[in-house]
Amino acid sequence: MKKLKHFITALFVLTTLITFISPALAQKVELQFWHGLAQPLGGILEKIVADFNASQNLYQVNATFKGSYPDTMVAAIAAFRAGNAPHIVQMFEVGTATMMAAREAIKPLHELMRVANVPFDPKIYVPAVRGYYSLSDGRMMSTPFNSSTAVMFYNKDAFRKAGLDPEKPPRTWAEVRSYAQKIRAANAANIGFTAAWPTWTQFEQFSAIHDTPLATKANGMDGMDAVLMINSPLHIRHVQTLIDMQKEGSFKYGGRDSAGDALFPSGEAAIIHASSGLRARILREAKFEWGVTMLPYYEDVKGAPKNSIIGGASFWTMTAPKRTPEEYKGVAEFYRFIGQPDVVAKWHTETGFLPITFSGYDRVVASGYYKQNPGADLPFRQLTRSEPTENSRGLRLGNMPEIRNVIQEELEKALQGQQSAADSMENAVRRGNVVLRNFERMSRP
Amino acid sequence: MQRRVIFNNKILPYGLLAPQLCITLIFFFWPAFQAVYQSVFIQDPFGLRTQFVWFENFKVVLSDPYYLGSVRVTFIFAFSVTSIAMFSALWLAVMADKHIRGAGVYKTLLIWPYAVAPAVAAVLWLFIFHPSIGLLGRALREIGILWDYKLNGHQALLLVILAASWKQISYNFLFFLAGLQSIPKSVLEAASIDGANSRKRFWTIIFPLLSPTTFFLLMVNMVYSFFDTFGVIHALTGGGPGKATETLIYKVYSDGIIHLDLGGSSAQSVILMMIVIGLTAIQFRYVEKKVHY
Repeated sequence: MKKLKHFITALFVLTTLITFISPALAQKVELQFWHGLAQPLGGILEKIVADFNASQNLYQVNATFKGSYPDTMVAAIAAFRAGNAPHIVQMFEVGTATMMAAREAIKPLHELMRVANVPFDPKIYVPAVRGYYSLSDGRMMSTPFNSSTAVMFYNKDAFRKAGLDPEKPPRTWAEVRSYAQKIRAANAANIGFTAAWPTWTQFEQFSAIHDTPLATKANGMDGMDAVLMINSPLHIRHVQTLIDMQKEGSFKYGGRDSAGDALFPSGEAAIIHASSGLRARILREAKFEWGVTMLPYYEDVKGAPKNSIIGGASFWTMTAPKRTPEEYKGVAEFYRFIGQPDVVAKWHTETGFLPITFSGYDRVVASGYYKQNPGADLPFRQLTRSEPTENSRGLRLGNMPEIRNVIQEELEKALQGQQSAADSMENAVRRGNVVLRNFERMSRP
Repeated sequence: MQRRVIFNNKILPYGLLAPQLCITLIFFFWPAFQAVYQSVFIQDPFGLRTQFVWFENFKVVLSDPYYLGSVRVTFIFAFSVTSIAMFSALWLAVMADKHIRGAGVYKTLLIWPYAVAPAVAAVLWLFIFHPSIGLLGRALREIGILWDYKLNGHQALLLVILAASWKQISYNFLFFLAGLQSIPKSVLEAASIDGANSRKRFWTIIFPLLSPTTFFLLMVNMVYSFFDTFGVIHALTGGGPGKATETLIYKVYSDGIIHLDLGGSSAQSVILMMIVIGLTAIQFRYVEKKVHY
């Protein structure tokens, strides 16, 4: 009984204290930040947010995990419609066009930095990253943060078993095919070659690397009236390659989106095209020696190979009624903070996402990290190996998630043998263009 | 002294009904109304630009061959799930109702799957049937069956049907078992004495007496396979390959949430609502007449 009494007294004192202290806390400007990164990545992100909060005493950023990227997007949209959008929302790269079209709902980065009077130089960002989130005149719309690119991982043990030199990974598609055939012939792995994120790795990255348009209007960057161009001879040829490889048993379709990821760390597939972010999982799970190399290309295509493009997400500033200049200022300060070399370097080494600024990359090089982790800088080198062209700057297509699904569906039908490579690409273009036209109509002012 | 059984208070009944009515209005009628309202507009996701388009969304949906394909998939799916789940549950209930050793254990275990969340159930099935990492998936491939539900539409549909049915069997089992236990033993004994064998007893006595339960379950299972199977499909196939497992409810989700086409998705949910209302009406009108209460 006495214990209980003590407890109640303590509780009473504590509540009184909190009531007195909280006005002092409330003087900080609170900023809501919604993100879509599950653990462990979300925790590392929240640590950076905590560092920002500790670095100054004017602003308090509250980071909240809102589910997957699409879930976060839907939550932010619903909150905007209800008049209380978060200050900052993390949006995946394929949502970029949707956010840009939402003119009144967002505050573009270039405008935010000018109004908040925070010094900001877009040039700190790597061109392939900057271009993805900029208007065609170069004004940045959102703040890049977690960017990845697609690379090729391969199983060195399987290579040895098949009599291949593990230090000479395939560079071209012809080599990928013959290596995969040898791996199957020696039964060094159950699957020779597979690909995760089929649309992203086999169409979006593929087009950029071959300097071939995925859509007109510089892949949609120059206007909403773009049309898809994946029925080009090169794209059809590539789908045919995949069909042929599947027939001879050297390629296996791994499923949509990230479903194929699991096939590599388990040792099932000897070669995979996947996000550079898969590195962390391979490190943790793979029980074999592996290597990483750049995505392959067709040698006879002029201009190939160019730089790859990014995936991942960026931070968007959202508007709401009654949002004060002071709040925007806090958001701008937060963006400045996360662009610092130390933060960029830390995020890159802890997660496997790309270093998105040159200064961040230099910091990592200086630390000797790449000496201890050979291959960790390969995605960055692939991303920066050439000056981005019109075709390798990125994509800006409305309702891109739907277009990705359309391409996946048509590819699946081609791999099932229901339609030819040419038909599948014609269908994808026809259906994808309907999606684009609907988006254009929906977003018309 | 005469005891009055008529309840005189005029307000209290409404007061008692109010919480339930509020929930129904807020969570069922209001969203349904919103869907009807949304379905005649074309709107960007943020609600910044809205155009009134009459029934254009419906026209687009109904002339879309993929939508009609999805209707076909849904009916195959719903019919298969309902029949598999009901027949196997009935069979299991009849078996478990017999006097066998450990009947209590069987009964308990058979109810377990119902407690598994749809997404978790789907993941279990995934780990069993995944063509490269699943136990049975690998076994099937080893005995020479080209099992790959990621690329074979028929296999994918079969898999989601089985997973969705498995989840519903427990529920049906529970009701069938309760129904069986409420059948008077004396009737069955009398039939046995008259020389009816167990098959005869089942079809002439048990099955008719179970008909209210069966009818109720038929409705519940139809609604289940139309609406509640989203989690299973989402986690197992995501509607693919191609559009082989895209049911109507899944299409509403992917068009509305992933593709952010609010008007089209609302039009679809209005159509879906009408299909289910229609099915329910048909069942009450025709099937119920054959039911003994």
